[in-house]
Amino acid sequence: MNQFAPVGDSAVLVELAFDFSEQANRNVVALDQAINRAIDEGSVVGLVETVPAYVSLLIVFDPLVTDHEDVCAAINQLDATGAVAVESCRHHVAVCYDLGVATDLEAVAAHSELSTAGVVETHLAGSYRVVMYGFAPGYAYLSGVPASINVPRKPQPVRGVPAGSVIIAGGQCLITTIDMPTGWSVIGRTHFRVLPDQPDEPFAFRPGDEVVFERITLDEYRAAP
Amino acid sequence: MNTALLRVASAGPLVTLQDGGRIGHLRHGIPASGPMDRTAHATANVVLGNLAGATAVEVSRAGASFECVGASVTIAVVGGRFRTSVNRAAVGSNIVLTLVPGDRLAIAAGPSGSWTYLAIAGEIQAPRWLGHTATHSLSGLGGGHVTVGLDVKVAAARMDPILDGAVAVFAGNDLVDGATRVVLGPQDHRFTAEAVQRFVTTPFALTEAFDRMGVRLDGPRLDLDAALSIPSEPIVRGSVQVAGDGVATVLFADHQTTGGYPKIATVVGADLDAFCQLRPGDPVRFIPVTPTEAIATARTRAAAFEAFLDDDLLRTRQLARRLGEADLIGDLGTH
Repeated sequence: MNQFAPVGDSAVLVELAFDFSEQANRNVVALDQAINRAIDEGSVVGLVETVPAYVSLLIVFDPLVTDHEDVCAAINQLDATGAVAVESCRHHVAVCYDLGVATDLEAVAAHSELSTAGVVETHLAGSYRVVMYGFAPGYAYLSGVPASINVPRKPQPVRGVPAGSVIIAGGQCLITTIDMPTGWSVIGRTHFRVLPDQPDEPFAFRPGDEVVFERITLDEYRAAP
Repeated sequence: MNTALLRVASAGPLVTLQDGGRIGHLRHGIPASGPMDRTAHATANVVLGNLAGATAVEVSRAGASFECVGASVTIAVVGGRFRTSVNRAAVGSNIVLTLVPGDRLAIAAGPSGSWTYLAIAGEIQAPRWLGHTATHSLSGLGGGHVTVGLDVKVAAARMDPILDGAVAVFAGNDLVDGATRVVLGPQDHRFTAEAVQRFVTTPFALTEAFDRMGVRLDGPRLDLDAALSIPSEPIVRGSVQVAGDGVATVLFADHQTTGGYPKIATVVGADLDAFCQLRPGDPVRFIPVTPTEAIATARTRAAAFEAFLDDDLLRTRQLARRLGEADLIGDLGTH
């Protein structure tokens, strides 16, 4: 049922579904892990890297070693090997929702017809999962923002949003890692680093991991490193 | 060990340190970065005897100039046709030369090309991120931007003046009249049949919206079959992405790693270095090839470039050495 599409001379895109669902993304994560196990075991050759996304998986290969057809055949064989166990872990992220740093909290409240406290309660109550990394270094997209606080992107990106901002758009949430313009709504700030600057563990999350947000006060945020 | 220092006297935007690239982190939102023209970058390093993927300075059309303040050192400037000068005297493009302390090296845009590479015989010292000095221009992560006042520090610097002279240029990259080979897809089926037809038959031109992330094209509007939003999908270097306004963008070394805009085609790797060397206003047209043909372009190009490095460049180096030794013997003979 997987759809394969060639991408240039050195990649294949596997599309597992048309629309996002938690199940479709779990299947992406499972396939990604199965392929990387096969790479580690040496049972497939010529693969360079894999890139899991919402409902698709990109497989980059070395065109001097293999080709689209052989890669697709190898992946189809992996699929036939049956269900795989998806490994994941849970991260706790302390967020300051003070209006001084949560510059869009009032606008989100107005859009959602909730109080700012209501938006914060709702955000804390969400059940978040790392769907994929994308866009920019360490931008981990989390699914699970409750529908009652889903807001559209702003018409124009806003500059000067600092690293560590907790931002939302639609059903997605992420923690920024660099100072970049964004059209998403800033609802908090955290010291949590998705790129922790640790050579042996440079990325905090893996696709499939769970994230739990916990509230801290502005004083606690300022007291922390 | 000699340490050479090139003090940056001037540098326009998008002058960065780049090694061969940080491959393997697309899954973390990180493109490989590395040189826009990988062929020229490797040539500049190899002609000096460096590893092909060693750190070099990528100079944009905005140009840069340097003052040699440490030990004497041999350098190469390769890629496009830039104007290179030493102490205001023009020395041509695609050149190896030896700088002595006090020399001022200036690199400016010339008749053609958008990127050139300043490689230095030795090891450029630069911050590494995830094991590489390749600079992600948007964040500055990696070796970083080359800016006025910075010293480009070179450990184990070598002075090898017998290599001085013109550098052979790899001819296997040229785009004839901007003809660029692409594999259609992965989302060509999201466009109208007319849009796909227009894409492969109508000329396009590069615009000024051109940086290390990509270049926006001027050309026919490419309409989607139906208004839709696809869940963000992975992007590769060479992806031709079409935004909601029907305008195509070709993505380069610092591309975003995922995006929700459909990709009508992907430029083959063998044509991408030459494509990056084009300039705003230059015409391009897209020639569709099958995935099998695309694999063949990659293999043909890799074999030809390997032969170029082994034969043309190494022969030049060996010839220079032999001539150098002959001179030495000749000199000795007169004493």
